[in-house]
Amino acid sequence: MTVTIFLNGNKITEDVSPDETLLSFVRSHGCKSVKCGCETTNCGLCTVFLEDTPVLSCALLAVRADQKKVTTLEGLPKEAEEFGSFLADQGAEQCGFCNPGLIMNAIALFRENPHPSDEEIKRYLAGNLCRCSGYEGQMRAIKEFVRWRDSNEQRQ
Amino acid sequence: MLQIKRYVRATSLAEAYELNRKKSNCILGGGVWLRLSNRRIDTAIDLSDLGLDQIEESEGEFSIGCMATIRQIERHEGLNAYTSGAVRDAVQDIVGVQLRNMATVGGSLFGRFGFSDLLTVFCALDSYVELYQGGIISLREFANKPYDRDILVRLIVKKTPLACAFACVRNTRTDFSVLNCAVSVQGNRALAVVGARPMKAACYEGELDESFPERVASSLSFGSNLRGSEAYRRKLCAVLVRRALEKAGGKR
Ligand SMILES: Cc1cc2nc3c(=O)[nH]c(=O)nc-3n(C[C@H](O)[C@H](O)[C@H](O)COP(=O)(O)OP(=O)(O)OC[C@H]3O[C@@H](n4cnc5c(N)ncnc54)[C@H](O)[C@@H]3O)c2cc1C
Ligand code: FES
Ligand code: FES
Repeated sequence: MTVTIFLNGNKITEDVSPDETLLSFVRSHGCKSVKCGCETTNCGLCTVFLEDTPVLSCALLAVRADQKKVTTLEGLPKEAEEFGSFLADQGAEQCGFCNPGLIMNAIALFRENPHPSDEEIKRYLAGNLCRCSGYEGQMRAIKEFVRWRDSNEQRQ
Repeated sequence: MLQIKRYVRATSLAEAYELNRKKSNCILGGGVWLRLSNRRIDTAIDLSDLGLDQIEESEGEFSIGCMATIRQIERHEGLNAYTSGAVRDAVQDIVGVQLRNMATVGGSLFGRFGFSDLLTVFCALDSYVELYQGGIISLREFANKPYDRDILVRLIVKKTPLACAFACVRNTRTDFSVLNCAVSVQGNRALAVVGARPMKAACYEGELDESFPERVASSLSFGSNLRGSEAYRRKLCAVLVRRALEKAGGKR
């Protein structure tokens, strides 16, 4: 069936099969940051925003995104780079495979709750698995990022 | 792998019901659980356009559309104020925020899954499901009903005055519960609902006294699987019922 999806601001109209996932759709349009980790909705690697809400694209049918806005990391270059540099500084990316999904969900967290507590961070990011880092570096990166963002905002 | 031949956005419940009468067709909730199945579906029926994704609160009840997500019930202030956070406690460790933004209340309850935390918490409240053909029946009755081709339209939670709480044990934070439990207390009567036994939620109702948690544990049946043995679950049961009762507002 024919769908129109607004992917990172680009209007794409195309025929998709009813069982095609949004993951496969966005990757076929060059959004290779979106990875397939588990394909069983457990790892968070395939996180994208559907109308600004983080969802798992491995479990979402592309037909359900018809007439909707879909955002991947490629559509948020500034926010992703800003926060991503804190992950790098804190050694929170080893193989880096989990990072795009984590960055997307962390951006969703910052938008929903700009000053999360440790517990709120852990809970919000519980669906983003990382096999390498042990999560400590990610926690430090998030806290450092929030501090930096706040002091930047105060200066302005 | 899930295979779907045709996808239809239903324009009415009547249309959805007609389509769903055929065994090879299927209602799509969030589609999250279905996605893991190995089914061939002729027509996937999407209820997204029917305005069933809202939680409405009135003086006497909450009416939760079947397409409302688990995240919506987790964040709903009125529902969590009424249940003293029991609904939030029950769902906040289900995988991650992204999954909870997709999985629906309708799909969760219609599935009547053994591991379900939602079935457990809502069975402890004065809850009803509205079925397109079957009308309004209590959720506890629905939980034991055989699967059929009906559509779960909404969940209704009456604001009956009661104290309630949820408790569970998970081996890791986002895994299925080893055992879950919700209690509600009205005067000196208590209702305990225990799920993930690993069979689906079962209820025990009785007078609330010192022996209530042990009575629940000895009355219900439990099973063994990778997450825990029958004997372990029976022990856990009394502990969780006691903890939930304490949370609900009174040491017993
Ligand atoms: C990896 C993973 C971990 C999970 N962990 C937990 C957990 O710890 N605790 C917990 O409680 N749950 C857990 N769940 C289950 C989840 O919370 C949902 O209950 C589940 O995904 C079903 O919801 P859905 O909207 O995706 O339903 P779907 O997958 O869309 O549908 C499930 C079934 O219900 C039918 N259906 C859907 N909506 C309706 C309707 N309105 N009327 C009639 N039939 C309908 C469908 O046809 C299908 O047969 C987990 C799920 C996954 C994938
Ligand atoms: S690939 Fe989607 S959650 Fe793992
Ligand atoms: S850095 Fe390797 S999976 Fe996270």
